[in-house]
Amino acid sequence: MKYTEEHEWLRVEGDSVVVGITEHAAEQLGDVVFVELPEVEAVVAKGDEVCVIESVKAASDILAPVDGEITEVNDALTDNPGLVNEDPQGDAWFFKMKLDDLAVLDDLMTEDEYKEFLG
Amino acid sequence: MPENLRLTPLYDLHVALGAKMVPFAGYSMPVQYPMGVMGEHTHTRSHAGLFDVSHMGQVILRGPSGALALERLVPVDVAGLAEGRQRYAMFTNDKGGILDDLMVANRGDHLFLVVNAACKAADLAHLRAHLPELEVREITDRALLALQGPGAEAVLNALVPGVAAMRFMDVATFDWQGHALWISRSGYTGEDGYEISVPDTQAEPLARALLDQPDVAPIGLGARDSLRLEAGLCLYGHDIDEHTSPVMAGLSWAIQKARRAGGAREGGFPGADRVLQELADGPLARRVGLRPEGRAPMREGTVLWDAAEGGRNIGAVTSGGFGPSIGAPIAMGYVPATSAEPGTRLWGEVRGKRLPVMICDLPFRTSTYKR
Repeated sequence: MKYTEEHEWLRVEGDSVVVGITEHAAEQLGDVVFVELPEVEAVVAKGDEVCVIESVKAASDILAPVDGEITEVNDALTDNPGLVNEDPQGDAWFFKMKLDDLAVLDDLMTEDEYKEFLG
Repeated sequence: MPENLRLTPLYDLHVALGAKMVPFAGYSMPVQYPMGVMGEHTHTRSHAGLFDVSHMGQVILRGPSGALALERLVPVDVAGLAEGRQRYAMFTNDKGGILDDLMVANRGDHLFLVVNAACKAADLAHLRAHLPELEVREITDRALLALQGPGAEAVLNALVPGVAAMRFMDVATFDWQGHALWISRSGYTGEDGYEISVPDTQAEPLARALLDQPDVAPIGLGARDSLRLEAGLCLYGHDIDEHTSPVMAGLSWAIQKARRAGGAREGGFPGADRVLQELADGPLARRVGLRPEGRAPMREGTVLWDAAEGGRNIGAVTSGGFGPSIGAPIAMGYVPATSAEPGTRLWGEVRGKRLPVMICDLPFRTSTYKR
């Protein structure tokens, strides 16, 4: 698992990655009540706002962690946004992306580095 | 923690309970506890929630004809308020806008006011400037707790026998372990419940005694906001302010007959011209309930359009979010009176997209006061 400073996790599956938000992020957001997912086949660049996530408190964006193409989205979140709080690092993945070059993941944090980042 | 934030007598308890503290109206206040906003909201609706509202202003007005004097500042029948009863009121300005909303209680030889935290300094100055014949005393040695929800009556009555006999908007003094509690049967959640003014030295012991009851959980400002929104209650500075009149805001019910045209004490408050004219002819704009048709919340500031494309910007959301007991997003806002009919479809602009939203009756959830 790799982590970003925006509190996303990425898990490699073949030439794709599965993307979600960390437990820390889910806890900070509070109860999630709305998730807007990207279009499948959308080509996105690192830093693009690809998802909207709203909690009882506020709206925030999920940014594309790397360049790539969205290949699949987790529709279960649309019907049950609370899944993000229940299982943020498991069932509540947001989308899958196909990457041109998996080597870009080397720039991201490992779990230990992320824990250190959280302090 | 930012400097100069004031602390309520329950600050240490909030921290001990694991609250997330945020600055609010100059105070460090709990926005949520580990249970979370959603859990705290539903707990209050099903059991009982304990709120620290000690940041709010508590004021005693004393003097001959105090009720009649206060009527010079509010469009409310204060003189007709029976002893032991409380009423909702608002200070109006010369243009008929609202300077603050408040509770007024007749406690026999004085009036007891509870005002908003952010407005209390201005309210005190306003009272002193306009009612020089009265003693205006801010109560600074008392905390204010609210216990709300269907379990509140049994819980509080076990500690303070007799409160179960109170009706909605009754006020009375009770003894608790030798200390005077000023209790009203009222609140800001749409639930039955009580607001309890307690000497600040006794605030934590009382709060702990309440929290020891299995039905009671501590509730933060986050759930307080979603609870009041579902109940269709206004938040000062958001749903009402110095530009909105009580009639626009749908608060005409708080203006009793005695203060209306033809009443025994017609007008005589700041902005009475506008308020009485709006009572007669209707206001230009009205506060309405809004139900987004999708799942995306429409938050404060969301612009309202009268068409999916083109059309006019006809209003804005003043409070909005998710209603945990509704299971859907809910909001309130202002629209022209001509477009305010429940069932009217509008479009709220969320992240550049216009999403359909239906005007609906308020409140979103029927209140359960013990009348």
